[in-house]
Amino acid sequence: MFTQELLDKSSLLRKKWEDEVKKVIAKNPDMKERWSTVSDLEIKRIYGPEDIKDMDFERDIAYPGQFPYLRGNQATGYRGKFWTFRMFAGMGTAVVTNQRWHYLLSTGQTGLSTAFDFPTLMGYDTDSPKAKGECGKCGVAIDTIDDFRDLIKGIPLDKITTSMTINPPATALWAMYCASAQEQGIPLTKIGGTIQNDMLKEFIAQKTLMCPPEPSVKLISDTIEFGTKYVPKWNTISISGYHIREAGATAVQELAFTLRDGMEYVEDAIRRKGLHVDEFAPRLSFFFNSHIDFFEEIAKLRAARRIWAKAMRERYNSQDPRSWWMRFHTQTAGCSLTAQQPYNNVVRTATEALAAVLGGTQSLHTNSLDEVLCLPSDHAVQIALRTQQLIAEETGVVNTIDPLAGSYFVEALTNEMEEKAWEYIHKIDEMGGMVAAIEKGFPQMEISDAAYKFQQQIDSGEKVMIGVNKYNIEDEVVDIPIVEIDDGIEQEQLRRLAETKRKRDSRKVAECLKDLAEACKKGDNVMPYCIEAVKNYATVQEICDVYREVYGEYRDPGIY
Amino acid sequence: MDDKVIRVLLAKIGLDSHDRGVRLLARNLKDSGVEVIYLGLYRTIEEVAQTAIQEDADFCGLSMHTGAHREAFPHLRDMLDSLGGEDIVIIGGGAIPEEDRRALVASGVAAAMFGPGANYNAIVEWIKTNAPARNS
Repeated sequence: MFTQELLDKSSLLRKKWEDEVKKVIAKNPDMKERWSTVSDLEIKRIYGPEDIKDMDFERDIAYPGQFPYLRGNQATGYRGKFWTFRMFAGMGTAVVTNQRWHYLLSTGQTGLSTAFDFPTLMGYDTDSPKAKGECGKCGVAIDTIDDFRDLIKGIPLDKITTSMTINPPATALWAMYCASAQEQGIPLTKIGGTIQNDMLKEFIAQKTLMCPPEPSVKLISDTIEFGTKYVPKWNTISISGYHIREAGATAVQELAFTLRDGMEYVEDAIRRKGLHVDEFAPRLSFFFNSHIDFFEEIAKLRAARRIWAKAMRERYNSQDPRSWWMRFHTQTAGCSLTAQQPYNNVVRTATEALAAVLGGTQSLHTNSLDEVLCLPSDHAVQIALRTQQLIAEETGVVNTIDPLAGSYFVEALTNEMEEKAWEYIHKIDEMGGMVAAIEKGFPQMEISDAAYKFQQQIDSGEKVMIGVNKYNIEDEVVDIPIVEIDDGIEQEQLRRLAETKRKRDSRKVAECLKDLAEACKKGDNVMPYCIEAVKNYATVQEICDVYREVYGEYRDPGIY
Repeated sequence: MDDKVIRVLLAKIGLDSHDRGVRLLARNLKDSGVEVIYLGLYRTIEEVAQTAIQEDADFCGLSMHTGAHREAFPHLRDMLDSLGGEDIVIIGGGAIPEEDRRALVASGVAAAMFGPGANYNAIVEWIKTNAPARNS
């Protein structure tokens, strides 16, 4: 990166500066001895040319749209198009959520993102005893395609992309989307959107669990294969670090486990489906957390793009640059928000959103200030969306691409993130891959250790959370409106489900489910069978019950 | 069994998988010499109560993030009482509004409810201080 002359000069000046620091410290010691990120990665007082002297500009940095994509995939950055303002929303029945979506689109949101309720997320219908009391509480309740039609009413499916945060029942919900599009006369080749569909991070962190890891990965490869052949603009997976981080992982762990999960899916699709990497890799998408430590997050996101590009080209011999691009959505860190003094959360979210933008995200959700306490209120959601619009249209940070490139500190930290992530990736390779590592409890235990360490640092005051362990207000009265979902929603949804079950041809449903079970047993792709089943009004649970029956159920080992 | 060892049963019920807090508490308790039985996710109140009795637990704790706490804790108290576990102390935590936490303690359903941001060392100390004397 630098001439020897410059490095010699820097070394000389650095020595002078160090002498000065020593003198100052002797009189005014630093406030603490060790300075580190929220992930406890130690940070030096200063960075200089010597910290990045081994970098090669062409190999390691280059320009946007050029390998290794450190500076972004798009040559024009945010000038042609901002990131997608994609706020996660869903509550009550499909009708209620549809109204919310239309409202959000009218306020300037540019993509949709679906929050489902717990029963839907877990593959249970509203009339299951397990679902009692949960209907519509943490998201929208979807049982059948009738609900789905109401959910997307009036949304132009060929123009607006919709993301669905759904994992074990992803095939059922995606089938509903595909079937609904076909009903509207929109060909599958025209629809765009995302299903989260990432089960490995469920075993590692979020624990929305249904079947064991092996068949779970098989179902994901089915969706990748189906998307590749018939729904080419769909992102069939959103390989997610978000939940890994929320579970207490460090930034490096989030980076490493997420990318290694991605590699596991790539390898399975190649091995199981016989696909060529470049047939499907351009549609893989990622989802990261943006936590409170500003530079660590920027470095993490930049490193993610570079690691993925290298892995795709070198590990899988990918020839297509679109496979090398890592496209990702980002959400600000829910776990960084506090129930205490909740208005402070606006500042946290703004800082995290800025880091995501400087890290080059393609899509962003900003959390609302009240999300620690309840579902977000309209007003809180508006502030969160305005935070993104303000960053995009007032602050000027979009004027130039990757403005932190070349910063001694940011480049050194980016390199450090990458090196440490590769160490984890290689370790998991040695264990036989991510499924094997999960079965050993390796990523779970690493995260558990990190969460424990952070909690101890909070308890001792070594790390600060304002309002929790510093600047607390005695007997604070939190005075913000609490949004509650009316229990009447459950009765309404039960009525809707009963009506659909009454009108459908139950013999036809049974046949479809039998065909699906056969496909599962034979190892065939389940997607065509799911689409046929949902068209005939099979419910989310009926489809998932087939999976549970054929593949077995997974029990949380409760590692701590 | 060493009669000085405090036994705490912890669980998540229903479909809620927010388990970071409860697992952290389990680990803090274990590290401080408390015996922890963590049942993991997706348990029913019946399973929790029965296991608490079988395991001779001093404390039975639920961590909840879904809003179903107002029904769940009284249900757990009733189940424990009906199975002969009147002495088992109920504790709780998670995303539970302060008003509800106070009400659950005031009504005698729970002995203590810990809110978001609670200090884990303080929870461990509270459990050690409030452990019922064992006569088994």
